[in-house]
Amino acid sequence: MSITDIQVTDEAVHGDDHHEEHHEQSFIFKYIFSTDHKTIAKQFLITGIFWAILGGGLSVIFRLQLGFPDMNMGFLQPFLGDWISNSGKLDPEFYLAMITMHGTIMVFFVLTAGLSGTFSNYLIPLQLGARDMASGFMNLLSYWFFFLSSVIMFISMFLSTGPASGGWTIYPPLSALPQAMSGSGMGMTLWLVSMVFFIASTLLGGINYITTVINLRTEGMTFRRMPLTIWAFFITAVLGLLSFPVLVACVLLLVFDRSFGTSFYLSEIFIGGEALPNLGGSPILFQHLFWFLGHPEVYIVILPALGITSEVISTNSRKPIFGYTAMIGSILAIAFLSFIVWAHHMFITGMNPFLGSIFMFLTLIIAIPSAVKAFNYITTLWKGNLVFTPAMLFSIGLVSFFISGGLTGLFLGNAAIDINLHDTYFVVAHFHLVMGSAAFFGLLAGVYHWFPKMFGRMMDEKLGYIHFWLTFVGVYLVFFPLHYIGIAGFPRRYYSFTNFDAFSSFVDLNSFVTVAAIITFGAQFIFLFNFFYNIFKGKKAPLNPWNSNTLEWTTPRVPEHGNWPGEIPKVYRWPYDYSKPGAEDDFIPQTVPYHKTKESNTDFENEESKKE
Amino acid sequence: MLNTIIIIAAILILVILFAIFRVSSLVDVIKGDSSTKIPSSNGTQANLLLLFLIAGLVGGGYYSFGGLEDDFVLPVASKHGVITDTLFWWTMAITGVVFIVTHIFLFGFSWKYQHRKNQVAYFYPHNNKLEMIWTIIPAIVLAALVFTGWKAWMDITRESPEGSEVIEIMGYQYAWSVRYPGADNVLGDYDYLKIDATNQMGIDFSDRASFDDFIPREIHVPKGKPVRFNIRARDVIHSVYQPHFRLQMNAVPGMPTQFWFEPTKTTEEMRTETKNPDFQYELVCNKICGQGHFAMRYIIVVDELEDYKEWFKSQEPWLKQNADYLTEVPAKLREAASIAAGIENPAYLDAPNGLTISGSK
Repeated sequence: MSITDIQVTDEAVHGDDHHEEHHEQSFIFKYIFSTDHKTIAKQFLITGIFWAILGGGLSVIFRLQLGFPDMNMGFLQPFLGDWISNSGKLDPEFYLAMITMHGTIMVFFVLTAGLSGTFSNYLIPLQLGARDMASGFMNLLSYWFFFLSSVIMFISMFLSTGPASGGWTIYPPLSALPQAMSGSGMGMTLWLVSMVFFIASTLLGGINYITTVINLRTEGMTFRRMPLTIWAFFITAVLGLLSFPVLVACVLLLVFDRSFGTSFYLSEIFIGGEALPNLGGSPILFQHLFWFLGHPEVYIVILPALGITSEVISTNSRKPIFGYTAMIGSILAIAFLSFIVWAHHMFITGMNPFLGSIFMFLTLIIAIPSAVKAFNYITTLWKGNLVFTPAMLFSIGLVSFFISGGLTGLFLGNAAIDINLHDTYFVVAHFHLVMGSAAFFGLLAGVYHWFPKMFGRMMDEKLGYIHFWLTFVGVYLVFFPLHYIGIAGFPRRYYSFTNFDAFSSFVDLNSFVTVAAIITFGAQFIFLFNFFYNIFKGKKAPLNPWNSNTLEWTTPRVPEHGNWPGEIPKVYRWPYDYSKPGAEDDFIPQTVPYHKTKESNTDFENEESKKE
Repeated sequence: MLNTIIIIAAILILVILFAIFRVSSLVDVIKGDSSTKIPSSNGTQANLLLLFLIAGLVGGGYYSFGGLEDDFVLPVASKHGVITDTLFWWTMAITGVVFIVTHIFLFGFSWKYQHRKNQVAYFYPHNNKLEMIWTIIPAIVLAALVFTGWKAWMDITRESPEGSEVIEIMGYQYAWSVRYPGADNVLGDYDYLKIDATNQMGIDFSDRASFDDFIPREIHVPKGKPVRFNIRARDVIHSVYQPHFRLQMNAVPGMPTQFWFEPTKTTEEMRTETKNPDFQYELVCNKICGQGHFAMRYIIVVDELEDYKEWFKSQEPWLKQNADYLTEVPAKLREAASIAAGIENPAYLDAPNGLTISGSK
């Protein structure tokens, strides 16, 4: 229609068309206090990687304790100091601190901030055709609040009384009373402070994502033409915005109980040889508030991963994602339902059984949109022309985990079956597969897929394959056996099982799981090498290495602040025109107007082309 | 010395790995196959996915059907446990089929439709009929699961039947205390303010019903009779869990909970069944409660009804064992208390009227 459009689609725009005043920024404002969404995304990613190593490292240590209870851990004394006794035994309370930190780090710092923070920030402006986020400054604040929160949480790990150790769900009274465990002293205080900053960060980010998606889409980028990644990030941000404030309230009341003598969660407690004056509070109230965030949080973690997978699978299958509308519908359904299923974490807390049956019903409904998503991924693979890039393999791995872990959800969502499985290793296996590993694979798929855009260079494919296979097989070898242990009734969060005859079995299996966990963790260093080495030394990336349709691949190899040197490209079609019958190539980018693709247009699209 | 050698060896291995990596990436550059965007090992990856499917199915099948050294299915010893186990295995059958079929498709398609030069992907953006099918079928299956689960759940959680044995279990860091109602079959009141080093459960002796309550060292329950656990905690949340009975309920400070069940196998019978002469039903804490969480073990003994009754009768009221606490009983009830608890020479009779509490509080 106009000259500029054609220019953009021909990638004929040169630097001299640059309409913005370009000025060199100092190092500090370019790389540290940057308002560029791409830099902020990388900051989130690198911080997330740091936390992932730490969180994973903790899990290796406590897996050693579980797999080899008689082991002499003296060699860890240089790192853990007094938490290892002189006879080489791990302190039972520090064991609990480690599982607590592992959970907190993985759920919040890696899979919420590391995943959403990285890819929402990176992809929303690039895939929508925006120069940056709606508010660059809020975005900057979002990262630095996260950084502050990280620093506080990190410091808490070095307290002499240990970090928070009541489990990542920090149920009071355990978390409220320093008499109950030493981690509930200063460690818990720092945990709460850190979490408040974390929530502030999430909210600042979320408001930005939502505003950007609603207001800053380029011309032609209707909601019906948005890539599923953006749909997922958008709905995730809405979920976060609605649920995280409830966690603030929940945490704030706990702060009051801890520090100002209120009784929101405390009642009739006798501890440390004295009766506390608190009366009338309810620990169950805390659980309701916590899981009101906690359950949407699970979807805050998994939805972005599913969004990334949709994009990667479609691109590498050279086929449109199957059921684009159904995929959006299922994201919306999952998001809505995720707010009304929280009490399935509480079937056996003494909550009214009638309430339990309502939540059982709602919980099993949420399986339907999840199933639709899994079926759609599989159908997308059907009759494709599959290219197995590392990103594609990780996405297939994600679908596998999502199915395996999702199916075990049908046991746990069923209140009657949950009686025996609640808080056993079956639960551990379930959520590590469905949200832990699946979301982690989404994160890795995203890194492998968008690394060329992020750093202008390619990651090494072969190392990617080795990383994938070790991790994929490793994760299954770690978590699949845990189902058996869970069915046998092994409780989670146990320092050792030697006190019970009922749990004296499966010693070998536990050792096996530990070995698998160490190998899986070790394999991540291959990724780290591949990642950091190729930031500097990788092969230079082509402009569109995966022959993808979305807008980010129309930017220069290393996009500057502002993303497109010339005008922002205009969008004419949905992002999934792969292998369209009649088309010359097996992909038609979103920037190609219909009137240029007469040979592959449908009747409807021919009509549309007249309006262009 | 050994450590130094290990460190040097590790560094050498890393250097060698790095050298291999450099050589192989240089070879790739020389080959110059970067014009095509299809990974050179695309076919290998597809084959590996298929291999993973087969190995996974074989391995998973082997372990699930007897390949493991230890049995992961605990024998069930309660009436409702049979029902929840049935539901469990039905769910396992349904999800197992879905698991296998979807994975065969997932990895099978991955292998079958791997990239080939002249192959063109089938442009297949949507099919509403298919979408409807795989929305409705899971919905129906799930409805069946929900309905059966709901029926079982409502049945398990309904009020305990008339005439159930009532036993109070209290969790604290890091042990359990158990109280029986005694001869009058009524548990006395408790008050957390009355807890002290001896009166661990805070029994309130202003209530007549508490005079004959007894606190044994292990739990005894009768086979074939409904048993109701009144559950509470005095410091943090604990969870009463017994895997053989498929029984679990949290113990919450300030909020009494309950769970009732009917044991179906005595400890002796379980010893025969499990071929373990030392078998004991163990009560487990299953909610993180502090550093001793993993050691809150308590024995439950399931007796034949007659044996249970005998055991029950042979137990001494707590008040008899701790006759000092008669002083907590209101003066006009002390005589009744002495009789109910079977105390023969109550100390208070020798003391002046209005004796103050000694040794406690």
